[in-house]
Amino acid sequence: MFAYIVRRLAYAIPILVGINLLTFYLFFVVNSPDDMARMHLGMKRVTPEAIEKWKASHGYDKPLLVNTDAADIHKVTDTIFYEKSLKLFLFDFGSSDDGRDISFDIGQRMLPSLAIAVPSLIIGLLVNITFALLMAFFRGTYVDLSGVILCVVLMSVSAMFYIIGGQYLLAKTFRLVPISGFDSGLDAIKFIILPVVIGVVSGIGAGSRWYRTFFLEEAGKDYVRTARAKGLAESLVLFRHILRNALIPIVTGVVSLLPLLFMGSLLLESFFAVPGLGSYTIDGIRNQDFAIVRVMVFLGSVLYIIGLIMVDIAYTIVDPRIRLT
Amino acid sequence: MTQPLLKLENLTVRLGQGERAIRPVDGVSLEIHRGETYSLLGESGCGKSMTALSILRLLPQPIGRITDGHIYLDGEDLALLPEAEMRRIRGRRISMIFQEPMTSLNPVLTIGDQIGEVLRQHHGMKGRAAQDRVLEILDAVGIPDVRRRYREYPHQLSGGMKQRVMISIALAGEPDLLIADEPTTALDVTIQAQVLELLQQLQQDTGMAILLITHDLGIVASMADRVAVMYAGQLIEEAGRDRFFGAARHPYSQKLFESLPDVHKRDHALDTIPGTVPALDHDFSGCRFEDRCDVAWDYCRSHVPDWYAAADGQHARCHRLDESITAPATDARTRPAKPVAAARTNHVTSHLEVADLKVHFPIHKGVFKRIAGYVYAVDGVSLSIPPGCTQALVGESGCGKTTVGKATLQLIRPTHGRVQFGDTELTALKGEALRKRRSDFQFIFQDPFSSMNPRMMVGDIVEEGMIAQGIGKTRQDRRARVHELFERVGLSPEHMQRYPHEFSGGQRQRICIARALAVDPQLIVCDEPTSALDVSVQAQILNLLKELQNTLGLSYLFITHNLSVVSYLADRVAVMYLGRIVEEGPVADVLERPLHPYTQALLSAVPVVEVDSRREIIRLEGDIPSPAAPPAGCYFHPRCPQAMAACHDSYPAETVSGDHTVCCFLHQ
Amino acid sequence: MIMPVILWTDALIFLLAAVVVVFILYARSKPHIRAPWRRVFSGKVAAASVVILLAFVLVGLLDSMHFRLPLAANGDSGEIHYAGEVLSTLDVLVGPLRTQVEKTYSAPFATHLFSMETMEREDGSKVRDYPRLVYGASGLGVAVEGKTGDIFKRSLLAVVETLLASVLLLLIMSAWLGRRHGQPVVATAKTILQDALSIPWRTILLTLSLLILLLFLAINLAAAYHVLGTDKVGQDVFYLSLKSIRTGLVIGTLTTLIMLPFAIFTGILAGYARGWIDDVVQYVYTTLNSIPGVLLIAAAILMLQVFIANHADYFETTVERADIRLLFLCIILGITSWTGLCRLLRGEALKLREAEYIQAAVCFGVAHGKIITRHILPNVMHVVLITVVLDFSSLVLAEAVLSYVGVGVDPTMNSWGNMINGARLEMAREPVVWWSLLAAFLFMFVLVLAANLFSDAVRDAFDPRTRSR
Repeated sequence: MFAYIVRRLAYAIPILVGINLLTFYLFFVVNSPDDMARMHLGMKRVTPEAIEKWKASHGYDKPLLVNTDAADIHKVTDTIFYEKSLKLFLFDFGSSDDGRDISFDIGQRMLPSLAIAVPSLIIGLLVNITFALLMAFFRGTYVDLSGVILCVVLMSVSAMFYIIGGQYLLAKTFRLVPISGFDSGLDAIKFIILPVVIGVVSGIGAGSRWYRTFFLEEAGKDYVRTARAKGLAESLVLFRHILRNALIPIVTGVVSLLPLLFMGSLLLESFFAVPGLGSYTIDGIRNQDFAIVRVMVFLGSVLYIIGLIMVDIAYTIVDPRIRLT
Repeated sequence: MTQPLLKLENLTVRLGQGERAIRPVDGVSLEIHRGETYSLLGESGCGKSMTALSILRLLPQPIGRITDGHIYLDGEDLALLPEAEMRRIRGRRISMIFQEPMTSLNPVLTIGDQIGEVLRQHHGMKGRAAQDRVLEILDAVGIPDVRRRYREYPHQLSGGMKQRVMISIALAGEPDLLIADEPTTALDVTIQAQVLELLQQLQQDTGMAILLITHDLGIVASMADRVAVMYAGQLIEEAGRDRFFGAARHPYSQKLFESLPDVHKRDHALDTIPGTVPALDHDFSGCRFEDRCDVAWDYCRSHVPDWYAAADGQHARCHRLDESITAPATDARTRPAKPVAAARTNHVTSHLEVADLKVHFPIHKGVFKRIAGYVYAVDGVSLSIPPGCTQALVGESGCGKTTVGKATLQLIRPTHGRVQFGDTELTALKGEALRKRRSDFQFIFQDPFSSMNPRMMVGDIVEEGMIAQGIGKTRQDRRARVHELFERVGLSPEHMQRYPHEFSGGQRQRICIARALAVDPQLIVCDEPTSALDVSVQAQILNLLKELQNTLGLSYLFITHNLSVVSYLADRVAVMYLGRIVEEGPVADVLERPLHPYTQALLSAVPVVEVDSRREIIRLEGDIPSPAAPPAGCYFHPRCPQAMAACHDSYPAETVSGDHTVCCFLHQ
Repeated sequence: MIMPVILWTDALIFLLAAVVVVFILYARSKPHIRAPWRRVFSGKVAAASVVILLAFVLVGLLDSMHFRLPLAANGDSGEIHYAGEVLSTLDVLVGPLRTQVEKTYSAPFATHLFSMETMEREDGSKVRDYPRLVYGASGLGVAVEGKTGDIFKRSLLAVVETLLASVLLLLIMSAWLGRRHGQPVVATAKTILQDALSIPWRTILLTLSLLILLLFLAINLAAAYHVLGTDKVGQDVFYLSLKSIRTGLVIGTLTTLIMLPFAIFTGILAGYARGWIDDVVQYVYTTLNSIPGVLLIAAAILMLQVFIANHADYFETTVERADIRLLFLCIILGITSWTGLCRLLRGEALKLREAEYIQAAVCFGVAHGKIITRHILPNVMHVVLITVVLDFSSLVLAEAVLSYVGVGVDPTMNSWGNMINGARLEMAREPVVWWSLLAAFLFMFVLVLAANLFSDAVRDAFDPRTRSR
């Protein structure tokens, strides 16, 4: 088990290096820092001096890979690649293009992101499993059929419609909750409710339909017939035998998402003006702040890889058949 | 006579709706008495499993339902019981064990939980009392180290152990009737013998009745008190065991016996049943077996036969038992079996010589996936097959026999050893050179369906090898040859334009044989070519293989676990255990006078069709060890009833007497 | 003479259409391909959704034939100058919808603008009122009388026209089917109406009638009203929604198809060859997969924006520029979704290479290339098909989200995402400007729902695991 995790972590290194090289290529080779400067300063009438000044103030005035002007070790370290890409490995994120400390911002914004993402995930999981169980229990009947159709309809609706519709209905028409915004401490709850409700509702269609297939797949297996031959009631068969097995893919799937919860939800946070990492990312993209996008790409990849490792560990916990070697 | 424990009256089951609904069970009536073993015998698709499932009302939902008939358990009609009441019957009065112990246990619950569940459900037992009772049952079914096993999960047990756990689940409710649906089909012969013995012993201890569903006449002979034969959804014969094996009356039953391969039929073609089982989606206006029966006449086609009684409580559904009509005389019963062409023509000249063949699969472990050990799948096998001969390779699953076959043909590259074919060293051939040489040796797989690309027409499948080997210059040439091959293996050449799924199992295997023949091979490795087939179809394929060998002079490496097939077909036989050959010699020698204790045990474990010859079964303890960690000394010694001190220390060398070789210290 | 303009995506769309047609012709002779498709079409829901999807495709194809109109001849030089505006066949067909632009927002079927303006009366005095629309309900005159009656009359006409067209359609259908089965027309019509055929022709007929009804309603009503209102700059929302169909379809189809050959090749190769090739392919897709999709797209699109901004002279028209961005978006989305298919195919190929029929082929000395094309490829195509169909709807939905984030299609391009993005800001207005949003959501919903229902049917018919259920 320990050896396994060590090996997986070792495997993660070349992947992170690959991502780093890819982002470096995208951000500094495809377009030169000059292009970026011109873009930020506006296209018309940019003087070379202004460009140089912008580059210097953002640390883009160094050579890309090798600094021939510098001495010994600085040949390599005093470059854009070292400063902007390699330092990500040390979680030294530097400052954004408008001069703010990215690490500080991320620290600030993590909590609001989690405040939305965690309740959405937990409530959504419970709701989806309940619906899926309901459909599986009544499989082959009209309850199941109409449930599936409802799911397909629900998942055909754009997530943005849920958000705008929810805001219009619950916040604007019935004035149950504030339309958007955020607050610190317990006051945040009234701001959290609507995004969480919408996050859950928009996931019901796809989620419960997907889980239903897990339940049905298990329901067709031989051990279920054995359980019935024991004389167990259908509900006992469902809860004791089918649910236990179907939960394996469900739980491990959820576990893979856990680290990414830190990244927040792009749409929800942006529409509800929650100061989380999701809206941070969107603002970064909208303001064409390359430093933020680069950091978020790196952070997202690290969290994704952690998620992969956690899935494997989760398997050993929920599935007695699996031992990691 | 006392009231029967279970009585089926005109039981009828339908799968699906409407006109084309399938009737897998069509009016079955039978009686099972307390304490007896009632055997339901039939080939695949005859409806025997559906009969069993319908007794427990566990038919596949929502398509299956009982449309007619009664199921009386001690006079109470189960067909009418509400579902909630039915649950008191399942697992309590009637228990069932299934064919596949591997998948029939819940993988995420412990053994103890799965057995304890029955106790809680039917006896209200909980906690300590339940646990003690579970341990007691586990002990009763012969599971060693019960306290540890109690907490283990199914995947930690071997197949035989799992089936024992299934049996303990069935026993936990202390049922009056145990339905065993092909309980040993998925198990090896030695394990099968253990499980059957266990069932017999449990029946003696508890007095429960057993409904044993099987396709194996040998199991029926050793287990049953009464036998019913099922064909196309109906019972066609019922009799006491001795009566059935002594004087079966239905032509189908008789054919079953005659199509069994055995040593005494070596010089003849086996009797076969032509055609296939009829589809069950329509009404029948005559006898269901009529079109395959060689004693049928016009009357059989137009009149549905009744359930006619014969002496000693024997019944059969055949017009020939009806005394009110006179059947035309037939010479079928006295017709001598076709002799097989005695003289073998020999165009094959190449001799296969396998020496010290080893196939080791590495096991990776640790941080950097270092090679931590090997699975010794094949660990030093030597074989010699002269032209035109059949060498059989027998052994239980996991002994490495299939790997030997594949490594011989270089489908798996051997780790060590030589494979000399004619004057070519095959292990030295690579790439194009090996590809070109492949026409000389061919492989026939166990499952003909999965060995054909489902998206190609069978004509193209047969032609593919010829294209790859450059046989036949034009497409016309090749087509003509495919045409000829189809006729050769007894298929209509018009079928070339069809897809594999349109054929029956036997026909598919014929296509596979035609495909192998297409490239003019000299050696064919047959990997259990008949074990996926029913007995009557198996006979057809064996006949064909034998006939081809005699006319074309092919050599066969015949891999199987079925000793009766070996005795019928092979010239020499090698017995494998854990990657090594333990005994090798001429078939008659090895099967009549086995020298190695493992061969002796294997032979004794095979259920025999003759009722009288109740041989003493040599019971092997435990399971086959893992080929990743073979025991020190003789690989067989931990299970060997005759193990000596020397066996623990070193692997015995070969002892040769005449052309019979054995690796055992008993014979040194 | 008009000047045809072939955009990159146009070319790819027609290539795709050609591939589909060729495949259909090929599949007709292959029973093992035809059988599952028959299963797909034997379901009523699936048949209806296919008809609806085809209607969307038709609009998309019409909108993919682009050209520039000649300007009036300029002097005697004989040289023809072309308008800078690129039009499509659809633009020509809908005619006035495109040109009848109001000043700003107006509600569906409105006669006046949505917002008040200060207007000068004939007598010179100024008044604040809702200005009369220039084109909307123009047939009713300035006084605007009998609007309800007019709408009712036009709708009734549409219903009558639909009934006639449907009967005609039934006759054509029966004649065609009757000839195929060798039965008289009337008898065939009867079986169609009784729904006694293996393919639910009645459902297809009903769906078509519904579409025809919508078509006639649109023809009759849209000529006189802005049926879905107008947007901020006064463009007809119905027209914008129609134009957005092409964008949605392009994203939904081209995205998967652009990377498809690559995904199939690498996936099968990795699974079949194993060894270092497998390691490399696995490394590449794990790396790409670990970058959050939106961020990868954002990074790539931002870079594209910089590139386009710095090389504005590469593109002759704004349409071409928007088109390149659309194509690039498809490629980027394709790269992110390529990994999933590649992984699936690798798994399948790993399984298949151990299949006995592959072993049998090896046994005959069949070359590796042949094994892959003859044995592996045909047996993984169902995986490819299911993935393509399943991805379609999520891609259509993703377009809207990406446009919102600011990394979607070009802001000048008609798309549902841009419509939503533009209208979302007006939600704060009182009363709410809801029609743009609703129109975009509605069109998107119908397309995605049809695609989802269709993909369900495809999966049930092709997936060996779901078939038994």
